[in-house]
Amino acid sequence: MTLQSHGGHRPLVQARGVRKQFGGLQVLKGIDLEVGRGEVLCLLGPSGSGKSTFLRCINHLEKVDGGRIYVDGELIGYREHASRAREMKPKEIAAQRRNIGMVFQRFNLFPHLTALENITEAPIGVAHRNRADARSRGMELLRQVGLVEHAGAYPAHLSGGQQQRVAIARALAMEPKLMLFDEPTSALDPELVGDVLGVMRDLARSGMTMIVVTHEIGFAREVADQVVFMDDGIVVESGAPSQVISDPQHERTRVFLDSVL
Amino acid sequence: MTAALSGRTDATATGAARPHDVAAAPRRRPGRWIAAVALGLLCAGWVLSLWGNHNIDHTTIADFLFDGRIVQSVLLTVALTACSMLLATALAIMLAVMRLSENPVLRVVSWAYTWFFRGTPLLVQIVFWGYLGLLYEKISLGIPLTSVQFFSANTNVIVTPFVAGLLALGMNEAAYASEIVRAGLLSVDHGQVEAAHSLGMSPSYTLRRIVVPQAMRVIIPPMGNETISMLKNTALLQLIAVPELYTRASWISAQNLSQVELLIVAGAWYLVLTSVLSVPQYYLERRYGRGAHRSLPMTPWQQARQGVGRLRTRLARLTHVAPRNTRTETGT
Repeated sequence: MTLQSHGGHRPLVQARGVRKQFGGLQVLKGIDLEVGRGEVLCLLGPSGSGKSTFLRCINHLEKVDGGRIYVDGELIGYREHASRAREMKPKEIAAQRRNIGMVFQRFNLFPHLTALENITEAPIGVAHRNRADARSRGMELLRQVGLVEHAGAYPAHLSGGQQQRVAIARALAMEPKLMLFDEPTSALDPELVGDVLGVMRDLARSGMTMIVVTHEIGFAREVADQVVFMDDGIVVESGAPSQVISDPQHERTRVFLDSVL
Repeated sequence: MTAALSGRTDATATGAARPHDVAAAPRRRPGRWIAAVALGLLCAGWVLSLWGNHNIDHTTIADFLFDGRIVQSVLLTVALTACSMLLATALAIMLAVMRLSENPVLRVVSWAYTWFFRGTPLLVQIVFWGYLGLLYEKISLGIPLTSVQFFSANTNVIVTPFVAGLLALGMNEAAYASEIVRAGLLSVDHGQVEAAHSLGMSPSYTLRRIVVPQAMRVIIPPMGNETISMLKNTALLQLIAVPELYTRASWISAQNLSQVELLIVAGAWYLVLTSVLSVPQYYLERRYGRGAHRSLPMTPWQQARQGVGRLRTRLARLTHVAPRNTRTETGT
């Protein structure tokens, strides 16, 4: 699979010169990348390379210090005034985030709500959907991730893999245009990784645009349209998986891949 | 298959087939029984010393326990406790959220409130509210430095002893409760807030639906404590003549000179009220513990039934000592 041409369409995600620093540490040193509609981008790189930070900038969980991120043509987190960009109000940021689903390494399910309530909380409370519709849509999503029979279970009663699949269903319930995955399988026991990757694979096939920070090279090779290798806050190499994973051009990429594979 | 299985169970039960099996009997604990009996005797002696005490007039206690004035004052005490706790909780949530806010002005205001109300004695605050009329003859609402006034009234009309007591207890308690609420809010993992935000929830919605319900688990036990303190602190309102339980009891005893009897009446009522208060706390804890435990804890009723059941089997075992002894012998 190679990079799809966008056929005149604007890419769904555009990042231009994204910079971010924590204290004195420059974590992102100017990231440029584009993700087309329906494309799956896998972000690879050693820990501390800034890939998770970049992902969190896309839905403004982290504020960028410089550069711009656009999702579907909308500047994320800021409003442009003349030459300056001023941060939006919390409500406006919340509205932008409704189009962007996110799945966390540590699941972050709401422990006081059942699996189904986790999924329906935002559609009912935030998107003001009809309660019955939201519940039936929630059950459908649970069926999709293979957990219908656990609809009434609290997160504490579910295994890590099941929790992560509920978390994916929860993000999908808001019908996002884009899904962000922040190392979704890193906190799982090895035998549970497959179920979660299976759900993600199905999601990619259904045409969802996805950005996935992962250490699962096999998954990236199989599912990704584009692989980006980051190190030390910059994009070292990007392209089709056949290029970046099978035939890396840079020494740093090669060293990393040798250590992971 | 079934036949073979049941055959095996029989063999185990006799203990003969498996000599290494231990019939697990709990360790004997004679110390517990001795301590229980000794304490029981002590208690009985104390109760008898009160019962037979000729300095206590038991008929006076009986007369006043359900006296109309006392019952009325009990209701007032409950109302005062409930209202001041409501006021305190509402203020405390506001103060805690302000303290955790990014806005430095709100943070300072919250800090200053806690500093002031925690730094002066409750008794002083109560008297202060009681004498508010000496400080401000009128309470009015208007725009400062102009003659615009929306509302004005005599202080002593608005701030009755009940209102003064309510404000004093509620505002003092808010300072302590705000720290409890803040601890509860801080106990919720930040990942919860991130997950809520990533779903497009606004900060206030996140607080209301995600953070507070989880913080409640941590907040309720100490708040139960505070409610019980509050109930007892209402007795301090005697100083500003709020006719609550202790005030009424002292007024009555000032007339009939049965100080001890009326103190016993008041004490008994306070004890009953604090005991009753722990029931709703228990159910609140259960309500907010959903999802936190693999199985819900038992209700006190269920626990009591289980306890009685255990005691009965224990007693049954004591009365049939023989079979257990033989089993232990075959085990060793």
